[in-house]
Amino acid sequence: MLKLPIYLDNNATTPLDPRVLEAMMPYLTEVFGNAASRNHPFGWAAEEAVDYAREQIAKLINCDSKEIIFTSGATESDNLGIKGVFEMYSQKGNHIITATTEHKAVLDTCKHIEKLGGRVTYLPVNEQGLISLEELEAAMTPETILVTIMYGNNETGTIQPIREIAKIAHKHGALFMTDGTQAVGKIPVDVIADGIDIMAFTAHKLYGPKGVGALYVRRKNPRVKVTAQMDGGGHERGMRSGTLNVPGIVGLGKACELARLEMDADSARLSAMRDRLERELLTLEESYVNGSREHRLPHVTNISFKYVEGEGLMMGVKDLAVSSGSACTSASLEPSYVLKALGLSDDLAHSSLRFGLSRFTTDEQIDYAINHVKEAVTKLREMSPLWEMFKEGVDLSKIEWAEH
Amino acid sequence: MAYSDKVIDHYSNPRNVGTLDKSKKNVGTGLVGAPECGDVMRLQIEVDEATNTITDAKFKTFGCGSAIASSSLATEWLKGKSIDEALAIDNMEIVEELALPPVKIHCSVLAEDAIKSAISDYRVKNGLPALELAHH
Repeated sequence: MLKLPIYLDNNATTPLDPRVLEAMMPYLTEVFGNAASRNHPFGWAAEEAVDYAREQIAKLINCDSKEIIFTSGATESDNLGIKGVFEMYSQKGNHIITATTEHKAVLDTCKHIEKLGGRVTYLPVNEQGLISLEELEAAMTPETILVTIMYGNNETGTIQPIREIAKIAHKHGALFMTDGTQAVGKIPVDVIADGIDIMAFTAHKLYGPKGVGALYVRRKNPRVKVTAQMDGGGHERGMRSGTLNVPGIVGLGKACELARLEMDADSARLSAMRDRLERELLTLEESYVNGSREHRLPHVTNISFKYVEGEGLMMGVKDLAVSSGSACTSASLEPSYVLKALGLSDDLAHSSLRFGLSRFTTDEQIDYAINHVKEAVTKLREMSPLWEMFKEGVDLSKIEWAEH
Repeated sequence: MAYSDKVIDHYSNPRNVGTLDKSKKNVGTGLVGAPECGDVMRLQIEVDEATNTITDAKFKTFGCGSAIASSSLATEWLKGKSIDEALAIDNMEIVEELALPPVKIHCSVLAEDAIKSAISDYRVKNGLPALELAHH
């Protein structure tokens, strides 16, 4: 029997892989030492586990294990990366470049930087969700210290041209940072080949536990440093104080190891499943994929169904755990700023669904999802005055709506 | 968001979804809301001119579950009511019946607007002055 609801919100978080849990268990029980305790075996065992995890992580992203700074998650990593560079490199300049479709952890951190007197350029994206390299080049100044552009977008899965962006940043003497939260463990990310200087990512998007993440900080060519944002014991090469979350770190390490070994197979299976889901849902009239279909993560699709309202649609697909482009929790509707940045009208942004597949998603679940969404959209359209007008050939943009 | 059982019932089994012939003189149509606000309601009434009684009511709504339920409930209530009784329907009665939370009160306001707008359309078609509609 198919268990309902079906979880297809894996860009929000993924379930913990049982193999990751198994690796973590001893560190939640008998091996409880503080990794910073240098004078007894309890500490040594914990430190050894942390070092092993660093190796596992380093192998996945092709860096040196010393270049991994453990944090509480991607939000902290984004904060540490951006604020840390802003403070550390204030002698050189105060300009940061990012994009309008970044995660709030980056955008709100940049807003904070502006309050501190920094200057931030927010690059727009095209209808595919991609930034323009020409616009990036034009935005670079001698004061630009950091370019921070996400690897893969959380709402649409769109993958930015990371290598080209890194080249432009470096050509102008700036550092390149990326929020790799959705990409690490899903597609090959190689910090050397990609030219990444700083990268934020987190365990719970790749079948690891919540509450642990990392910041990759390059140690050579160039040697990058970030100013610590918390004062304390000087852990993590002085960049992030606080007792290490040993079980979490062990989990992140194991999750990275599994990702490295299984990424190719997972990616092939998930993209085939995603493509089937997408193909079937696009047989509904007036449905559109949001973001680039060419440059995107293998497990994500974001589809708008015109003439149905987002919250009504969410209610209609109650057997699926998915995200909608509509943040309709208050009287004032706020459509997704990411979809808006792609040029979608408010109503199309509202009526979008994001499907995020995982290692644990089955064909049977996808079959169910296809039928469930088709039924809900069809039913809501039969109930929708806008659909009826569209079918009668009425131009909805010509109607004078009584806004309320 | 948790919906009340009544909202879920109206959403799952909407009453009176459909379209009346708007070219008929005894049919009044109200179209309220806007797509970019996330709600559009179309509510129609058919009136027995001899008794001034609403004999049929239909709706179509683009909106959230509460908007669909508010308009579905409105059509249920309208059938059999006189025009004057229909005009007396207050949005807060809909709020109470459906147990709408504060953030969804605008759905009931829209349903009340749709009723008044449909009645006004019927009046104009029959040579009476339009109703003065409140703007929300």
